[in-house]
Amino acid sequence: MSQLVIKDLQVGVETEAGMTEILRGVDLTINSGEVHAIMGPNGSGKSTLAYSIAGHPKYTITGGTVTLDGVDVLEMSVDERAKAGLFLAMQYPVEVPGVSVANFLRTAATALRGEAPKVRTWVGEVKEAMSKLAMDPAFSERSVNEGFSGGEKKRHEILQMELLKPKIAILDETDSGLDVDALRIVSEGVNRVKAEQNLGIMLITHYTRILRYIKPDFVHVFAGGKIVEEGGPELADRLEEKGYAQYVKA
Amino acid sequence: MSALPTNYLTPTGREEAWRFTPLKRIAGLHDPATSVADRISIALSGAVRPGFTINKVKSADIPAKSATDDAVIQRVRSGVAEVTHLEIGKEAIVAEPIILTRTPGNTSEFSRTVITAGAHSKATVIVENSGNATLGEEIEIRLEAGSNLTFVTLQEWSDTTIHLGRHHAIVGRDATFNSITVTVGGSLVRLLPTVEYSDQGGSAELLGLYFATDGQHLEHRVHVEHGIPNAKSRVTYKGVLAGDQARTVWIGDVFIRKNAEGTDTYELNKNLLLTDGARADSVPNLEIETGEIVGAGHASTTGRFDDEQLFYLMSRGIPMADARRLVIRGFFTEIINKIGNEVIEERLMSRIDGQLAKVGA
Ligand SMILES: Nc1ncnc2c1ncn2[C@@H]1O[C@H](COP(=O)(O)OP(=O)(O)OP(=O)(O)O)[C@@H](O)[C@H]1O
Ligand SMILES: [Mg+2]
Repeated sequence: MSQLVIKDLQVGVETEAGMTEILRGVDLTINSGEVHAIMGPNGSGKSTLAYSIAGHPKYTITGGTVTLDGVDVLEMSVDERAKAGLFLAMQYPVEVPGVSVANFLRTAATALRGEAPKVRTWVGEVKEAMSKLAMDPAFSERSVNEGFSGGEKKRHEILQMELLKPKIAILDETDSGLDVDALRIVSEGVNRVKAEQNLGIMLITHYTRILRYIKPDFVHVFAGGKIVEEGGPELADRLEEKGYAQYVKA
Repeated sequence: MSALPTNYLTPTGREEAWRFTPLKRIAGLHDPATSVADRISIALSGAVRPGFTINKVKSADIPAKSATDDAVIQRVRSGVAEVTHLEIGKEAIVAEPIILTRTPGNTSEFSRTVITAGAHSKATVIVENSGNATLGEEIEIRLEAGSNLTFVTLQEWSDTTIHLGRHHAIVGRDATFNSITVTVGGSLVRLLPTVEYSDQGGSAELLGLYFATDGQHLEHRVHVEHGIPNAKSRVTYKGVLAGDQARTVWIGDVFIRKNAEGTDTYELNKNLLLTDGARADSVPNLEIETGEIVGAGHASTTGRFDDEQLFYLMSRGIPMADARRLVIRGFFTEIINKIGNEVIEERLMSRIDGQLAKVGA
C-alpha cells in the first residue's frame, strides 16, 4: 500500500516581474489502486502540479508538503523521486537526440532496479511490452521521442510506465492526441499496470472519453491553481456538459 | 597547382587567419627562427594487405598538388625530406580500415603524408594521433576518378600536445570523400580540414567533433573551395566545452566561385557549453559568386545543456551525472557512429565520459 499526500501545496515560477503564483494551496491524497481524475480549464495549473511533484527545476515550491508513504518528496532530487516510486507521463514528452529508446529504457531500468536487468529476459520484456502497446519494435533503435508522432510519444510514455513499475503515476493528458484505437490500447496498458502493481493514478484530462476505459474513483475540478470541487464519476459528465464557467471567476 | 607565394611572412597574430590562435602557445612552429626536426613518425599499424602500398618517398619527388598560404604548412613543406605515401590501388576495394599510427618523438617535428586513392577504389584510412607531440603536419589526400575514401583523423593527444595541421583533399571526377575529424586531446590543436575539386561530380562530407576542457584551445578551420561545377559538400562539426578557459574556434569557409554552377553545399556547427568560463567561436562564411546553384546554406548554434532533456531522463530514475553523459553521448552519436569501428567508437566515448567526470560537468 502506498500513499501520496499533497497538503496545501503552493508553487510559483520565477519571471522577469518576480515570482508568479500558480498553485494556491492544493490538497489531495492518492492511495494505491485509486484513480483520481483531474479536470480543469487551460492554464489552471494542472501540469504545474504534475511537474512540481516530479521535481521540475522551473517551479519553486513556496509552501505546503508532498509526501510518499510519509517521506518528504520535495526534499528529493528528480531521480530519487522516480526511485521512490513516482512516475510522470508528460503532456509533452521531450526529444533526446542520439539516445536510442533501447539504451534509455535499459539505463532507466538499471537505475531503478539498482542493477542492470539480465540481457536476455530484458529484451523479451521490452518486446512484449511494446507489442502490447502495438508499437513497432523498430522504435527501439530510434532516438528518444525524436520525430515520434504525438500519439507515438504517448504510447512511449506508457511503455516506460509498464517497464519501470511505479507505485503512483501521474498521467498528464496522456489521452490528448490519441486516435480511438490508440486510446483503447493505451488505456488497457494503464489498467494492466494498475492491476499488476496496484498503481495509484492521477489522471489529468480534458475529456471524459478516457474515463470510459480508466474508471475514476474520484473526480476533482481544478481551477485557479487549486481543487475547487470533488465528486465521483458523475461529476465528469456534468463538466463535459456544462463546462467550467461556474468555477472560473469572470 | 599554383606556385607558392614567395613573400609569406611570419604571422604576428593580427592576420585574419591567425587572430584566434594564441601564437605564444605554438612553440614557434610558425617562426623560421625555430628549428624543427624532420622525422617520419607515422607508420602503418599491422601488415600491408592487398589493395594498397605504403612507401617513403623523397619530398622533392612528390610535391604538393595544392596551394596554401599557411606559414606553418609552408615550413612543413620546405622542412621535410621524406614523405609517407599511402597508395590505394586502382579499383582496389580494401575492406578493413587502413590504420596509420603516429608515434611522436621528443622534439618538435614536421611531417608530410600523401594519400592517393586510385581510380574507382574504395577504402577507409584512420590516422591515430596520441601521446605528447609538438607537430606541424600536412596530409594531402588525392582522390582519383570515381574513388571512394573515408578518412578519419583522431586527435587523442595528451594535454600538453601542440598540433598544427592541414588535411587537404583534392576530389576528382565523381569521387566521394567522407571525412571525420575527432579532436579530444591536446593543449593547442589547430587543424585546416580543407577540400578542393579537380573535376565535376565530386562529393565531400566533412564531419567533425571536438571536446575541450580546462585550458585547451581546439581550432578547426574548414575550407571548401567550389571552383568546379556540379560538386557537392556537406559540413557538420559539433563541439562540447567544459571547464575553465576551454576554448574552441570553428571557421567554415565555403567559397562558390563564378564557374561553380550546380554547386550543392550545406554547413553546420553546433556547440554545447557545459560550464561558465568556456568560450566557443563559430564563424560560418559562405561566399557565392554564381546564382546557378542547387543549394547553399549554413547554420551555427551555441547553447547550454537542455534542462528539459536532463529532467526527462532523471524523471525516469537516471542520476544527474548519467543523464548528462547520455545527452553528451547523444550529441556526438551521429558523428562517432560514422567511424564504423566499434573499438574506436567506444574508446572515444569513454574518453569523453572520463573528461566529463574530471571537470565535474
Ligand atoms: N515559466 C513560466 N512563466 C510564466 N508563466 C508560466 C510559466 N510556466 C507556467 N506558467 C503559467 O502557469 C499557468 C498554469 O500552467 P499549466 O501548464 O500548469 O496549466 P494546465 O492547467 O496544465 O493547462 P493545459 O490544460 O493547457 O495543459 C499558465 O497560466 C501558464 O502560463
Ligand atoms: Mg497542462
